[in-house]
Amino acid sequence: MEPDVLVVDDSAAIRKILQRVLRQTGMAIGTIHEAGDGEEALEILKSVQPGLVLSDINMPKMDGLQFLAALKSKEGWRQIPVVMITTEGGETKVGEAVRLGAAGYVRKPFTADQIKEKLSGILEPVPPL
Amino acid sequence: MSIHEMVVNSINRACTEVFSTMLGVTIAPGESFEEKTTLEANDGVLSLIGLAGTWTGTGSIACPPDIACRVCSHLLMTESNAVNEEVLDAVAELTNMIIGGVKTDLEQHLGPLGLSIPTVVFGRNFKTRSTGTTEWTTLRFDWDGSSLLVRLSLAPREQMAHPRVHTNTQPCAVEV
Repeated sequence: MEPDVLVVDDSAAIRKILQRVLRQTGMAIGTIHEAGDGEEALEILKSVQPGLVLSDINMPKMDGLQFLAALKSKEGWRQIPVVMITTEGGETKVGEAVRLGAAGYVRKPFTADQIKEKLSGILEPVPPL
Repeated sequence: MSIHEMVVNSINRACTEVFSTMLGVTIAPGESFEEKTTLEANDGVLSLIGLAGTWTGTGSIACPPDIACRVCSHLLMTESNAVNEEVLDAVAELTNMIIGGVKTDLEQHLGPLGLSIPTVVFGRNFKTRSTGTTEWTTLRFDWDGSSLLVRLSLAPREQMAHPRVHTNTQPCAVEV
């Protein structure tokens, strides 16, 4: 069964772009769920078990680092790989994300190839017909 | 290299990178100039984002509605003909990426900086004013006959003691 993906970003534009890019990667992906902040993402995780989470860092209510910490602290969720998609290029927040257990990060602006490369060890390609 | 020169170089680098990567558009380096704290009245879309650290300030992008719609069309690969929520969100994200890129560059010289969530305003004849003492570094990017302005105001924290004030001098209907 193809794994679902959860995209967490307060920008509807970025969520829409990531939806498109994810479909273009050629990876086997089920439903792509969307959340506008960390709180909303945690609510979705109560009913969905995604194979991957893509999360922004700077978000209102609950930011990406708080969300990552909450996800990694809960049994049953901590094995879900989380890749941060962020404008943060500095070591401070990205380093904190890695320390909290992020599987990696992609800096905005990003290309489809960069997303595909980052996800290649996490998701499987669509099998040939 | 002065702070102004660093900001100009960073804005040019970030803007050309974001436009080429996310919009598929090649944009020429912008014409740069410095502005005093009182800015001219604005028409169109204005996006603001705050920077905070040992240096603090504001980054902004201002553009007419046609450029805002074009940004949205290129970013989302959809046809946008009127300024709506999707267009404002696209301009906000453009601001986040460009000023975020500038922030990353400047952190090497100024230390860690925090970035706020962007705020977008759409209207006519509104003014933005900073009661601080800093000047704005502004770059004008031309895109098919229209201009997009990227501005940044940065100063050591003790010089930015006053809040920014935004005044809408003429209300107008907004399609959001």
